[in-house]
Amino acid sequence: MKIRNTFSIAFRALLRNPTRALLTMLGIVIGIAAVITMMESGAGSAASLRATIESMGAGNIMILPGAARTGGVSMGQGSNMTLTPDDCTALLQRCEFLSDAAPLVNARAQIVAGNRNWTPNQTIGTTPSYFSIRNWPLEDGEYFTERDVQSASAVCVVGSTLARELFDGESPVGHSIRVKNVTFRIVGLLAAKGANMMGFDQDDVLIAPWTTIRQRVAGSRSAATASSTPEVSTSTTYPGGSTGDLYPPVNATMQTNYRLSPRFVYVDQILALAAKPELANRAEEEIISILRERHRLRADQNNDFRIRNSAEFLKMLTSTTSMMTNLLLCVALISLIVGGVGIMNIMLVSVTERTREIGLRMAVGARSRDILQQFLIESIVLCLAGGVIGILLGHGAALLVKYHLKWAVEASPEAVVAAVCVSAFVGIAFGFYPAWKASKLDPIDALRYE
Amino acid sequence: MELIELKNIDKTYFIGDMQVPVLRNVSLTIRQGEYVALMGASGSGKSTLMNILGCLDRQTAGDYFLDGEEVGRLSGDRRAMVRNRKIGFVFQSFNLLPRTTALDNVIMPLAYTAGGLSDRECRRRGMEMLEKVGLKERMFHQPSQLSGGQQQRVAIARALINNPPVLFADEPTGNLDSRTSVDVLKMFRELNEKEKITIIIVTHSAEVAGNADRSIRIHDGQIVDGIFTGGGAV
Repeated sequence: MKIRNTFSIAFRALLRNPTRALLTMLGIVIGIAAVITMMESGAGSAASLRATIESMGAGNIMILPGAARTGGVSMGQGSNMTLTPDDCTALLQRCEFLSDAAPLVNARAQIVAGNRNWTPNQTIGTTPSYFSIRNWPLEDGEYFTERDVQSASAVCVVGSTLARELFDGESPVGHSIRVKNVTFRIVGLLAAKGANMMGFDQDDVLIAPWTTIRQRVAGSRSAATASSTPEVSTSTTYPGGSTGDLYPPVNATMQTNYRLSPRFVYVDQILALAAKPELANRAEEEIISILRERHRLRADQNNDFRIRNSAEFLKMLTSTTSMMTNLLLCVALISLIVGGVGIMNIMLVSVTERTREIGLRMAVGARSRDILQQFLIESIVLCLAGGVIGILLGHGAALLVKYHLKWAVEASPEAVVAAVCVSAFVGIAFGFYPAWKASKLDPIDALRYE
Repeated sequence: MELIELKNIDKTYFIGDMQVPVLRNVSLTIRQGEYVALMGASGSGKSTLMNILGCLDRQTAGDYFLDGEEVGRLSGDRRAMVRNRKIGFVFQSFNLLPRTTALDNVIMPLAYTAGGLSDRECRRRGMEMLEKVGLKERMFHQPSQLSGGQQQRVAIARALINNPPVLFADEPTGNLDSRTSVDVLKMFRELNEKEKITIIIVTHSAEVAGNADRSIRIHDGQIVDGIFTGGGAV
């Protein structure tokens, strides 16, 4: 007997009692709809969470200098100036899990524009790589360039809060501002990024080439705090831009005083980006080994730097949402099982009710296999139809949630595939017993059944 | 030519440890094209004999040759095939599928025929059969919209859809009034004479049996009359 025939027989048998077929399906419909809604809103919240985390820098690895100790007194995190721009370059070259890295120099300075002034949260010196690592687009103008970094040009890019405070919503691009008596030209306005997870306004920022900040703005501060390795005093406010050197020239006195070429220039931080957020931990291990080697640390010495990466944080957040989704999914699956029991119940009733039909079909030549197939396919058709209706309803409910509750919702093809598979499985699992019972009927008794 | 040949058929039911013999050493021959009535009081074993003849039940001992083939010892699937191709059933209570058109009822057995026909061919044959039993214009009516006599004619069309050599009718007029009974019996007569279909009617009505060419009487599990082919038949 052809499968297509069996299907049409099953359809006709179901259409003989459409109300009951619909009511039977209801359990599956509700179960599948619940699963689909859960999965779609779960996927949506996961996606929005991922976007949030990415805006804060997923896969970002922060490398900070360690604490300096002077005679048993710790100076605290970041007091030891151990990181150099060369570390940054070396990491980028040697660490295969990193896709980008930028050195960072922090400063805190008052900024003056015309008759207004403002002290931003952060004044950062860095390289153009920073913008791609932070995934920070421009609203207007352009980024400063690698060449600006090399020549320590007095150019900068500002965040939207700073622009608002100083320029009242006007585009600041092209204007000049003064930072500690150095005049910077604003070349770009960053797009608003909002507050970060700690409520810290990320847009209240001025970003300039790190060479400029280090040498012209932050110089005095670093000299005060970096006690273990004094700032090279020959660094000038106006270094030799003509040669394009990154570092101030070494003069004859220095050459004689220090046999080893000293590390002139330090950065406060290196910000690196793992090739993929999942690789952040492996990248971290690699960074540790490279930096230990570069800093010539013996095996018994502690690291003179610290590393923080956002992978842990990201894992915690995603695991919370995925746990919630899984929990709700369990509830939905239970409702599917209940729906399946309902189907089994109705199929058993239907087998009893149609005993004479079964006897007749056997009398006219149906094998027990044909009967089994017919009832099994009836329950599978019921479940699949219920599944399809459930998918549509669930998707509709997800859209309602999206437009009325403004929750993020993302269509999930996996959920649809899973729903179809689950409903077919429920159909087979719960339809088998009634179908088997039908196929084992004795045609003589069945024909005589009242 | 012998279509049906029973040789020393025994049928015993086992109820717990007790043996209940229902048929005892029944031998019977029915030729192709005969019109036979199977008579007996209730409990005489005629239904059991009918079930064995119709390949629905198996004998306990003895041989049953249908169309030259021993069918008593075939597998369940093979017997289903025999029922599908060689036997047509007409029941007292019609046994039509509810909420299903006459045409769909008629072509239902074709779904179980090996090497099935196309849908169109099935429908064509179904229509032909319904035309033969005079229900051409009722083709798309459901059983509930048909009278008893019409329902039984649909059942006859269904029994004949695979052109079986033999038609079993179990009290075919039991649920019909006398006028429609006459119609149905007339139809059997016609089928027997025109199409040379072997017809076996189970009944306890002498009137119905009188319509047949030969009456076989069963009493207490044994054939007491009509064991030999009457002179009137082919």
